[in-house]
Amino acid sequence: MSNSMIIGQYIPGDSFVHRLDPRSKIAIIFFFVIIVFFANSVMSYGLLALFAIGSAATSRIPLTYIMKGLKPVWFLVIFTFLLHLIVTKQGEVLVSILGWEIYEEGLIQGAAISLRFFLLIMVTSLLTFTTTPIEITDAIEELLGPLKKVNFPVHELALMMSISLRFIPTLMQETEKISKAQASRGVDFRTGSFKDRVKAVIPLLVPLFVSAFKRAEELAMAMEARGYQGGEGRTKLRELHLGKSDVYLYIMFILLVIGLFLTRS
Amino acid sequence: MDISFDKVSYTYQPNTPFEHRALDEVSFKINSGAYVAVIGHTGSGKSTLIQHLNGLLQPTSGEVKVGEYHLKANEKNKQLRNLREQVGVVFQYPEHQLFEETVAKDIAFGPQNFGVPQEEIHRRTREAVKATQIHEDLLERSPFDLSGGQMRRVAISGVLAMDPRVLVLDEPTAGLDPNGQKEIMQMFHRLHKDKQLTTILVTHSMEDALAYADHIVILNQGEVYMEGAPLEIFKQQQALEDVQLDVPEVIQFVTKVREQLGVELEYTGQSIAELAKELTRIVKGDRVYE
Repeated sequence: MSNSMIIGQYIPGDSFVHRLDPRSKIAIIFFFVIIVFFANSVMSYGLLALFAIGSAATSRIPLTYIMKGLKPVWFLVIFTFLLHLIVTKQGEVLVSILGWEIYEEGLIQGAAISLRFFLLIMVTSLLTFTTTPIEITDAIEELLGPLKKVNFPVHELALMMSISLRFIPTLMQETEKISKAQASRGVDFRTGSFKDRVKAVIPLLVPLFVSAFKRAEELAMAMEARGYQGGEGRTKLRELHLGKSDVYLYIMFILLVIGLFLTRS
Repeated sequence: MDISFDKVSYTYQPNTPFEHRALDEVSFKINSGAYVAVIGHTGSGKSTLIQHLNGLLQPTSGEVKVGEYHLKANEKNKQLRNLREQVGVVFQYPEHQLFEETVAKDIAFGPQNFGVPQEEIHRRTREAVKATQIHEDLLERSPFDLSGGQMRRVAISGVLAMDPRVLVLDEPTAGLDPNGQKEIMQMFHRLHKDKQLTTILVTHSMEDALAYADHIVILNQGEVYMEGAPLEIFKQQQALEDVQLDVPEVIQFVTKVREQLGVELEYTGQSIAELAKELTRIVKGDRVYE
């Protein structure tokens, strides 16, 4: 078991957001990403933020935890803010630090862009927090369904996705196990010169590759033994159903869109 | 080396929804030269416990002492390297750690990391392969060309070549054929005696615990559930069954005989032949036919 975390790892729960059909979640997030770019007034940003915070609250995932998950992207948000602050040269001069002038427009743009960024990341990570990888894959397969007509290998793509998702934790466990075994044999992964550390990776990578290939082969064999032949005519164990809560979600979202266009300046 | 755990707790992923307390105020002592079996159900904290023995994990609270080395919460031990040289760990399915081009190189990997001179490595390699019964012809082969059982023996040799004072074995015979299991277990027992090692064996096999260990620690849900000499532990069948653990077959058999025939028979570590003799005497009186 690893002490490190992946951004947006699924957190089991039974909230309103957890129970939504993954297709609805993906579709709504897709459109949310688009409408975020239409906001241009304080009120419209407020509405978007309200929607994002409201979703986060109904997901019943602790806010501190969401913030912790966002840690790696804070840098990006702050970087974007500073970039706009420094580069934009419109409007009135607010302050001048060490001969460098900060313009009013720069502050506004910086704040707006980083808020957009923040909202996007928050909503998308909410998807992965509340939806199992398998649900996401199923939903993508369904949503891309129409592309089958133009011979796009939708099923194969979904299968590849779910297999790789399935093996991420396994490979992480394996990595941890092997690195512990090698550490017990005196390998030091943490200190030493750059060259030493690169060298220390070899006893980790070789066994990892060997076992990954072995696993792949075993999986292929097991699938064949159970008569797997691809997507044609396959039925699903977990069927996706749109429910009442999905309808509520759509209504909320339509209200958001209407509100957004009313409050645009 | 004397080993002691003093109120050791370990929590995985603290302060997250995945927080999991694997060890809860575990305390026990192991004397130098003892052969200790650690038994417990899957998820009872056995693997977490043994990772404290060579500093792979650091206690969340409490203190671990291995000989002169101390591991405490929030305190970096600067001698981890020395500790790891003294404590050899054979993990579950150790063959997964093989990576070198040849068997000999893989066995030499551990001692090389600890700066053992080339000649000494050579000597230890020969000694290790002799102990694990790997034919010397295999030394120049790739470890990936070997059978599963041979790979296991190579991996074990790699740990033995470190010449540790403490040997930690995490289910070292899982997945081997019965013959191989017996050979490996007997080999460890011989080494334990010859080199006066302190051995800690994590196992699911009550038979192995009874046959080799002189002290047993039973873990349940991260706590020490029972501790003591094998014969004492296995007398408490009910307490063991409460945590879904079995009593070795020999002892089950002796108990059944005692109950059903209403005779005086106690298991005190007899061999099967001795037990058979005792039984014949009981059943047929003193007219023993040799």
